[in-house]
Amino acid sequence: MSKFKKKKDGGLAPINTASLPDIVFMLLFFFMVATVMREDTLKIKNALPVADQVEKLDKKNPIAYIYMGKPSDNYKNFGTEARIQLNDDFADVSDVAAFIAAERAAMREELIPFLTVSLKVDKEANMGIVGDVKQELRKVNALKINYTTGVGDALSNMK
Amino acid sequence: MAKRAAPEVNAGSMADIAFLLLIFFLVTTTIEKDAGINRKLPPMEESDEDVIIKQKNIFTVLINKHDQLLVEDESMEIQDLRTAAAEFLDNNGDGSCTFCQGKRDSKSSDNPDKAIISLKNDRETSYAAYISVQNELVAAYNTLRNRRALQIGASKGFPNMNFQEMQLAHKDVRWTGNKTKLKELIDQIKVEIPQKLSEVVE
Repeated sequence: MSKFKKKKDGGLAPINTASLPDIVFMLLFFFMVATVMREDTLKIKNALPVADQVEKLDKKNPIAYIYMGKPSDNYKNFGTEARIQLNDDFADVSDVAAFIAAERAAMREELIPFLTVSLKVDKEANMGIVGDVKQELRKVNALKINYTTGVGDALSNMK
Repeated sequence: MAKRAAPEVNAGSMADIAFLLLIFFLVTTTIEKDAGINRKLPPMEESDEDVIIKQKNIFTVLINKHDQLLVEDESMEIQDLRTAAAEFLDNNGDGSCTFCQGKRDSKSSDNPDKAIISLKNDRETSYAAYISVQNELVAAYNTLRNRRALQIGASKGFPNMNFQEMQLAHKDVRWTGNKTKLKELIDQIKVEIPQKLSEVVE
């Protein structure tokens, strides 16, 4: 009788979860380190196209971001055509010059000639608005630009 | 009085707290894209004198509002653009380019230094198509530059490195090698095969 009982008692031992916090902490630290907080809250759709002849954006030099794309679903009242977003809000083509001036005013003087303008444009946007922005950038002499893209096969954009 | 042992802290909920934080960071993380195609816009100054460029030295690429390509007055698929552009740049019509392997067609470009690619797009052209075309044109320059880098790299002390690898190495802080010499070589190739990509603005 006692023999039977003993077998039943010593069933499956509970799994030791003492190291679970360690594992979770490890993951936590990874994500904490890898996280880059978004600089701007996007109000537009911003699916970038892909290209394979890309160069890395030099983080040592100052970068100004200009976003373009259709207003996202929450901002449908702004229309369905592609719009420009500067900092946190929609902007007009005429605001680009002031935006670049403000960016320049905020940075150290010796870095001003190295300002790169990163154009983050949704792949469904038209070239019209991009051309207008480029024209504005030429007017304020911000000539270094970067068409920011993902990395991938460029031919897949056209499908 | 007998010393009481310090009570053990119950760490059972530590995993829960850590999970909570982990999930927060998982949700908020966005991996920023920080690569792209670098371009330099032309300065605004108006020059009255017209630069005379021979028609044969210009490679015209047009993208219409349906994202179709018209290259040198013939329609073309995007897949063929890279080779067509590379052939045009590599043509070496006047024979002054020592490293070119082109057909020396008298109707195509004189040498890589004179060859200009002219890109025109419509206002309704999609940005995706524009980027694809830009990418293919840059790729055409890069194939020629890569070939040139492999030709002269060995004699300058950088064997088996193509142009793009040289550029990466030059930016890489962990790369051990003579960066001044590498920079000279990169600049030399850039002068030999300059990227002359002009965009038409109405």
